[in-house]
Amino acid sequence: MGAGHAHKLYREGRSPVHALPPHCKIAAVFCFVLVVVSTPREAVWAFGAYAALLAGVAAAARIPAGYVLRRLLIEVPFVAFAVLMPFVAEGPRVEALGMSLSASGLWSAWNILAKGTLGVAASVLLASTTELRALLLGLQRLRMPSLLVQIASFMIRYGDVISDEMRRMRIARQSRGFEARGVRHWGVLASSAGALFIRSYERGERVHLAMVSRGYTGTMPVIDDVTASRTQWAHAAALPLTALAVCLTGWMLP
Amino acid sequence: MHVPDGFIDAPVSVVTGVVAAGAVAVSLRGARRELDERTAPLAGLVAAFIFAVQMLNFPVAAGTSGHLLGGALAAILVGPYTGVLCVSVVLLMQGVLFADGGLTALGVNITDMALVTTVVAYALFRGVVKLAPHRRRTVTVASFVAALISVPAAAVAFTAIYALGGTADVAIGKVFAAMVGVHVLIGAGEAAITALTVGAVVAVRPDLVYGARGVTARPLEIRSSPLAPAAPGAVARAEGPAAEAAPATATSEASEPAGAPEPAGTPEPAAAPRRSARRVWWAGLAAALLCAGVVSFYASASPDGLEKVAHDKGIDQNEEDHAAKDSPLADYGVKDITDARLSGGLAGVIGVGATLAVGSGVFIVVRRRRATAESERS
Repeated sequence: MGAGHAHKLYREGRSPVHALPPHCKIAAVFCFVLVVVSTPREAVWAFGAYAALLAGVAAAARIPAGYVLRRLLIEVPFVAFAVLMPFVAEGPRVEALGMSLSASGLWSAWNILAKGTLGVAASVLLASTTELRALLLGLQRLRMPSLLVQIASFMIRYGDVISDEMRRMRIARQSRGFEARGVRHWGVLASSAGALFIRSYERGERVHLAMVSRGYTGTMPVIDDVTASRTQWAHAAALPLTALAVCLTGWMLP
Repeated sequence: MHVPDGFIDAPVSVVTGVVAAGAVAVSLRGARRELDERTAPLAGLVAAFIFAVQMLNFPVAAGTSGHLLGGALAAILVGPYTGVLCVSVVLLMQGVLFADGGLTALGVNITDMALVTTVVAYALFRGVVKLAPHRRRTVTVASFVAALISVPAAAVAFTAIYALGGTADVAIGKVFAAMVGVHVLIGAGEAAITALTVGAVVAVRPDLVYGARGVTARPLEIRSSPLAPAAPGAVARAEGPAAEAAPATATSEASEPAGAPEPAGTPEPAAAPRRSARRVWWAGLAAALLCAGVVSFYASASPDGLEKVAHDKGIDQNEEDHAAKDSPLADYGVKDITDARLSGGLAGVIGVGATLAVGSGVFIVVRRRRATAESERS
């Protein structure tokens, strides 16, 4: 807890995208993804336009392409799933590369890959231009129940502590010559998880007592309330509105 | 099972979003009852725990490994409402921060992984605890059954959502067989780890396990009664977990020192472990058979629906190019149904076999561990 509280997901910067109020950014990203999801999959060019829009945002936020691409790797399990799609889907078959593939399966794979990747890229841009704490404040501004925001903020604050504790237990197991190789070792892993739960819960009790002794009554005082001006909303809305225009054109054109 | 954007179409995403919001709202109210005003810090820490535990990979077989989903674990350890809340928060943060699971698919993910898993697991857990004799081992067995069924239940829920709004053109029978087949295996691992974890927590601090509140109090009282003349504090100590329900913060402080000396003060009767270990094995077998029953039931029920649709749709198909998507359903219908049924049945058989093997293997390990723990204790 002595280290800085900036999370490694956040990328420090002073761009116009960083400066936008967090709730505007969250709303913009959410609307953008919703628009992307409701675009017809046959409009291939529309997805290219969306990608260009996101690239524009990344450029404005001065986030290098390599960084975004590396963070996109989280998607890999779904890429594997999408690759399977042409083989298992129904429909008329097409011959390609000497294999018999389903045409609609190919469309489905494209659909999932394109929409999923755009969604992940939008979330990555949001997370890397917005501080964690600001993100939570933004969620609160968007009328998420304050109890939920508090739970989330505790989770964020202590997530690293608990993960570190688990990492230390793993190192302790390894330094005693333990390596989980099969079903026989589940018991050891499970008792680690049990110990971790007891430690987390007891830490929660201690945190709660510490908070009560400092006057906590069930709500957190809001110290810095973020507000957004009309121009800031307009700037944030530029992304989803352009996307909406692209989406509507995609529906109009055959 | 984190669903990405674009996998489920927009209307169904919105509907599941509304369902998820409702579930979270109900849980917020219920969690206050479970944790009183300690809700925020405790639920936050438990969410952090779930988040960390999801990173705990356990080796399954032949180099592959799975990771915990944690829904059943959360429901049993901290109660169903807090469990839903914690897993939802974890999913929300994973979606927003790590882009793991799409933002528009958040409703799908919460409904599927937070709501269905937790509710199914807790209902089963309560059922087993009610029916079985009240002892500490019952809690472990009940957690095993709860986690075992909850994961395939989530897979079934996913298939249902997919059937309503899936964008991919894969027959529902195939999706069902694949999802449930895989998740029966994952569920076996989840069940073993959940049961062992709950067992470990119950052994150290039974007052922390929400699901064991009514269960562990009684055996503690019985066991401490022969020692009562020697230790007058024993009775008061045994009542510690029961008094935990009082909302005052002082009780949590009071129960903490009470929990620590407990394992030392409660030697189990020597005959108990062997008999109940066998019972555990039989319960595991029953759970496996029950699971297979559920799987085969759905596997045979689903193609019936598909058959009907194929029959209905097979007549008027070839006008619009939009409808052409559905026509293969009619063409491939019969072949597919046999496929689905076959693979569904196969998944069930594989599931039972794996569950049996894994279950009995784990139980042997548990028994050995318990036995060494008992001998160390006494």
